[in-house]
Amino acid sequence: MALYLLRRIMQSGFVLVAMSLLVFLGVFAVGDPIEILISPDADQIEKERAIRALGLDLPLWQQYLVFVSKALQGDLGRSFVFNEPAIQLILQRMPATLELAFGSMFLSILIGLPLGLYAGLRPDSAVSKGIMASSILGFSLPTFWVGLMLIMVFAVQLGWLPSTGRGDTAMLFGISWSFLTPDGLSHILLPAINLALFKISLVIRLTRAGVRETMLMDYVKFARAKGLSPFRVTFVHVFKNILIPVVTVVGLELGGTIAFSVVTESVFAWPGMGKLIIDSINVLDRPVIVAYLMMIVVMFIVINLLVDIVYTVLDPRVRLEAKA
Amino acid sequence: MRLKISAIAMALTLGTASAQTLTMGVGAPVTSLDPHFHQLSPNNAVAGMIFDRLVNTDAQARNVPGLAESWSAVAPDTWEFRLRRGVRFHNGSEFTAEDVAFTFARVPNVPNSPSSFAGFVRPIIRMEVVDSHTIRFTTNGPYPLLPQDLSNVYILDRETHANATTEQFNAGPMAIGTGPFRMVRHANGDRIEFERNDSYFGEAPAFARVNYRMITNDSARSAALLAGDVDVIDQVPTADLARMRTDPRVALAETVGLRIIFLSMDHMREDASPFVTDNEGRPIARNPLKDLRVRRALSMAIDRNAITSRVMEGSATAAGQFLPPGVFGHVTDLGPPAFDPEGARRLLAEAGFPNGFRITLHGPNDRYPNDGRIIQAIGQMWTRVGVRTAVDAQTWTTFVARAGRAEFSAFLIGWGSNPDASHPLRNLIACQSRERGWGNSNRGRYCNEAMDTRLVDAMRMLDDGARERELIAMQRLIFDDQAIIPLHIQTNIWAARRGFTVTPRADELTLGQSVRAAVAR
Repeated sequence: MALYLLRRIMQSGFVLVAMSLLVFLGVFAVGDPIEILISPDADQIEKERAIRALGLDLPLWQQYLVFVSKALQGDLGRSFVFNEPAIQLILQRMPATLELAFGSMFLSILIGLPLGLYAGLRPDSAVSKGIMASSILGFSLPTFWVGLMLIMVFAVQLGWLPSTGRGDTAMLFGISWSFLTPDGLSHILLPAINLALFKISLVIRLTRAGVRETMLMDYVKFARAKGLSPFRVTFVHVFKNILIPVVTVVGLELGGTIAFSVVTESVFAWPGMGKLIIDSINVLDRPVIVAYLMMIVVMFIVINLLVDIVYTVLDPRVRLEAKA
Repeated sequence: MRLKISAIAMALTLGTASAQTLTMGVGAPVTSLDPHFHQLSPNNAVAGMIFDRLVNTDAQARNVPGLAESWSAVAPDTWEFRLRRGVRFHNGSEFTAEDVAFTFARVPNVPNSPSSFAGFVRPIIRMEVVDSHTIRFTTNGPYPLLPQDLSNVYILDRETHANATTEQFNAGPMAIGTGPFRMVRHANGDRIEFERNDSYFGEAPAFARVNYRMITNDSARSAALLAGDVDVIDQVPTADLARMRTDPRVALAETVGLRIIFLSMDHMREDASPFVTDNEGRPIARNPLKDLRVRRALSMAIDRNAITSRVMEGSATAAGQFLPPGVFGHVTDLGPPAFDPEGARRLLAEAGFPNGFRITLHGPNDRYPNDGRIIQAIGQMWTRVGVRTAVDAQTWTTFVARAGRAEFSAFLIGWGSNPDASHPLRNLIACQSRERGWGNSNRGRYCNEAMDTRLVDAMRMLDDGARERELIAMQRLIFDDQAIIPLHIQTNIWAARRGFTVTPRADELTLGQSVRAAVAR
């Protein structure tokens, strides 16, 4: 296990270096930040000063070396427009995104698992067919459209829920969270549902497929033959086995949600990392874009590792070993 | 004690706290509370709530006394500003001439600034504090635009802000000015909360608290207003205008702005222009856009009224020059060119293109309202007179870099003017010159040395009347020469819920002090 982890960490190091090069080159290829940032009536003297101030006068390879040497000391650069460390900006926005992502994951499991289980156990009932049909909608409707519709119906027409923003926050561990206040909860509900729709459908489909497959397995038949109660068969023998694909997918989805909830965050003006990255791309705030993508790479590496570890808990047959 | 009682009395007479809170939804993110860090409209708007300038500007963008009560040129190269007495910063520190000197010394030296305010104080070669409330600025020769330039610079306090960093402004402790609002809380990229500065020297703001929220998505901003989550929004999307005009819960506040949308053309290349070909797709040896008749024809082929009424839903005015009426240097008898497709065809034939040619019209698709649709419309209008036009709309970040390198033949772009005709002339029309600092947004590379020399002279005329006459004459000259093709001037639009009225501003700034409680209807 220790050796396995060590190898994984070394691999991750390579991934990070390769990614930093790709991101740096990619960001460099898009536009010229000075043209975006500088006031249109600035003169040449001012323009030259700004180019020097932002370190854009150096050739690309030197900019990259400066970036790497600072990154090794934990400094991923300063934002052009905020003049604050990029990493600090991202961390400031992270709690908002995290609570949204976890909220939507919570909803997807809370709603998706029971529905999927039901659809798997009673595949021919009308209700199951209804569940499966609506899960297609969850897959295929575009997020931004659903988001706008949710706002139009629940905020503008009915006036039950607020349309945008984070609402009141309360402090926990020195960080403000929305889910701790009733007002904050009412703000988080619509964006969390919007983000969760796709995942609910995914969980329903995975669970149903898993249940239908597992029900035909010999050990399930044997458990039944032993005379175990249907409850015990379902929730101990079947449930534990279908969780493996569900955990994998939900884990990866969580990463995707944290990293790329851009659309939902812009539609609901949710001040999270997704909104930060899209605003940064719009003004070519290179340090923030680079720092953000680097952080996302690290996050995916960690999530994949955690998923592997959770496997061993769920399935004793899986061993994390470093095999050649 | 007396203060406490009067506060209670006020609270009783004015009713609940929520009635005293104004929530605004703005479309552009504010990135910094340091008023000298990044010269950007949304940042300037927030600075305009916390800080003051020597010369403030009113809703029509006219100069009005700010921290300076009056100013005059005491010698051809010396301006004297007489400062307001008894003004205090939010922390109680008194405002004096030393603060002005300190501020102007700080402006060029803000670390890491991506677009500084240094250009506004560069004309000053010497500052002299005459007494605690009088300051003199010596310029390099006569410089009539100094008050105009200084209306962009927000004044800080020497005692408070010595060594203040941009981060300290953003975090809050240094966001201390003389302005009508105190900054209470700044949640970066989300919202800024203000409370009224009750000892403000000017007109007191109507609301005790302002919640300034950034909602960058257009549909979400409109929805937030209709849902009642915010009381006022700016940058009302044109798609929602028709609906809001008829919605009794909402009132619009509109004014003609200072931003012109125009087409720029390749004046740089004598030989083939990169996106112009003949009808068989072969490059044309000489650049047709260098021919005045071709440029005129392209302008006459555009039905500006169709664009302003259909594409812009009435939120723009067709234009034939940079500035709207009432602004310094507006040319009274220079209207938008008439729509004349027949005349355009004739001119093209005269210029040697009886069958037209092919061109690609470039433009951004995420910068100005309906930018992508405007160039679509123009592409069709040009094609109708025989100039077969392909349209290429790109995202602003890509587009503006290419336009700056003069890579296009013809393209749409906008310009927000200061209320003075010399501003667009210097930046859009004058030849690119490092020495003069002119022509930096002259992306078509039009260059007319005669006009530039004349502009140099005009910029030294302290007599406003004489200077304005010169500016008008020069604009006639360059629009006669069709240096650019003006399309329209945008209307700035705010929408407010019933109970709130907004004074619309020509300079596009969304300020808490622009909103009042509406008189009951």
